[in-house]
Amino acid sequence: MTITVDRRYRLGVAARAVAAIGGGYLLAAVASTLLGVLLTTLLPLSRADAVSLATMLAFVIYPCAVLWVFATASAGRAWAGILGASALLGGALWLSGGLA
Amino acid sequence: MREGLRQSMAWLHTWSGLLVCWVLLLIFMAGTSAYYRDEITLWMKPELHAAAAANATLLPTAASAAHVVAALQERAPKATAWFIGLPDERNPAIVASWTLPPKKGMSMAERRAAFRKQNVTLDPVSGLETPNARDTRGGEFLYRMHFDLYYMSAIWGRWIVGICAMFMLVAIISGVITHKRIFKDFFTFRPKKGQRSWLDAHNATAVLALPFHLMITYTGIVTLMFMYMGAPTQALYKGDQQAMFAEVFPDNERVKPAKVAAPLADFGPMLAQAQAKWGVPVARIVVSHPNDANATVQLVRPSGQQLSNIEPSMTFSGVTGALISSTAEPSGVSSMRRAFYGLHVAHFADTVLRALFFLCGLAGCAMVATGALLWGVKERQKYAKVVAQGGRVGFGVRLVDALNIGAIAGLPIAFGVYFWSNRLLPLALENRAAMEANCFFMAWGAAMLLAQIRPTRAMWRFQLIVGALLLAGLPLLNAFTTTTHLGATLFGPAGLRAVAAFDLVTFALGALLGYAAWWLKRKEQKAAGKGAGSARPAVTIQTREAA
Repeated sequence: MTITVDRRYRLGVAARAVAAIGGGYLLAAVASTLLGVLLTTLLPLSRADAVSLATMLAFVIYPCAVLWVFATASAGRAWAGILGASALLGGALWLSGGLA
Repeated sequence: MREGLRQSMAWLHTWSGLLVCWVLLLIFMAGTSAYYRDEITLWMKPELHAAAAANATLLPTAASAAHVVAALQERAPKATAWFIGLPDERNPAIVASWTLPPKKGMSMAERRAAFRKQNVTLDPVSGLETPNARDTRGGEFLYRMHFDLYYMSAIWGRWIVGICAMFMLVAIISGVITHKRIFKDFFTFRPKKGQRSWLDAHNATAVLALPFHLMITYTGIVTLMFMYMGAPTQALYKGDQQAMFAEVFPDNERVKPAKVAAPLADFGPMLAQAQAKWGVPVARIVVSHPNDANATVQLVRPSGQQLSNIEPSMTFSGVTGALISSTAEPSGVSSMRRAFYGLHVAHFADTVLRALFFLCGLAGCAMVATGALLWGVKERQKYAKVVAQGGRVGFGVRLVDALNIGAIAGLPIAFGVYFWSNRLLPLALENRAAMEANCFFMAWGAAMLLAQIRPTRAMWRFQLIVGALLLAGLPLLNAFTTTTHLGATLFGPAGLRAVAAFDLVTFALGALLGYAAWWLKRKEQKAAGKGAGSARPAVTIQTREAA
């Protein structure tokens, strides 16, 4: 019994680590890109300023995503949350034409 | 992870910190030393001490420029760019380097190695080449190492450092969340209580300089953020990185050569025009495509005491000497990004503030080191019974112990050996600067290897003592290898105070290591006095040999 629990625990840690490092990066990339596109379209910000601000904020979003992945109740929920949020923001990005 | 936010954050804090702490220690130590990069370089080039000591009036800027241009025309008339640094209060020499058009089939490493040799140092008083200025990279080596690492391409080094910095950022934030009583904890120190003391020391060094740690980690990532995160550039510039760099960093824009020869204009009028506008002498000159019809001369103002690292510049045509452009007033976002960058490099800091940044950097080293030690101390408790019965600690504990010795006690040895090699390697040695760097890593490698073979308390003491002797012995080494010993630098001309400060600070750091070695010895004697059986496993860095 303890072995299966131990293995499940380790798998959970591994799944979260991948979700945090890879998924967190994905989320930060999508969110910051959307932000950059919105900053140029909704605000009178130059392209250079938008790309700077968005990229700076990417490194605020990334650690927050990592912390959330490890704080949430289960590895499955962590994956669902990261992928769901990325998909949602990616969809918005697609609609805004940022992927054109 | 486990039940509860605080527990999961404590778990994350432990592991994100532990996984990268030894590389982080290297980055923190080298980065901290980089606050005194110019002073370290001065100490490592005793040939410049006479110039620093001479209270003679420096050449006027225009004359300095004329001398250095003549020297560069002689050495590298076909360079793609010249980089000229004019003397200031922290760097007494005129220094210049250049880049050549890449030869076919040259690897990045070969180009970098070639670039490191393409430089010349001139005396700021006579304008002549400093005789026999030794071949060393000085503080520049340590500064570069803290984000490029070494023995690998800069790109790889920067990715590794960036990943470590992200782990650090996560460790800092999760560490703060773990602490419900962060303020109270700071005023709690329970000495001589084993694990509790290490925890308190970790808390104190972390909380004391928390804003600094958070700032330095985040701003460090920001300095290279466009490399680490390309997605916004991808969307906003359709992947055209060069277009983005041209807009975000307009001062660094480079023109293409016309491939038509044209003589360089006199720099005198340009320098006068820039000085008249800024009211301070020009700090640096960048000449792109000298002797080409499209040559440009960029004059850079010293960043002065403002937070931002923005260094306003004026760009002139290198042929006609006419002003082409000058730095535009930066936008709000641009100012913010530059301020982040400026905070990281702290060029604005005067003597006191710079010392404070240095101390915060040292606190960062202490935070990383105590955190790494704490893991070993905690983990060993799990083996208390096993060890008491003559068993061994687990593989993980042994590995971490060894890495801790090799990093915490071993890195100061590497720094010490680097400075000693600067004075003891023959001046005529081929590739001397690279050999100094090799000495750093050979010493560190040896320390790491010895620690892996015998991760014992005796090894801790041995390496701490070696580091203490190397660092504390530097003033003596300086006295025997130069005429600028402490007596001369402390009470002599003001230009030599930096050399005195180097001697004193390294001596103090060596003394600190010596104290740590003495403290370990006393602890061991006390433990022995209490009787072997009652040795408390949690007390400190104890291993199977000690049990």
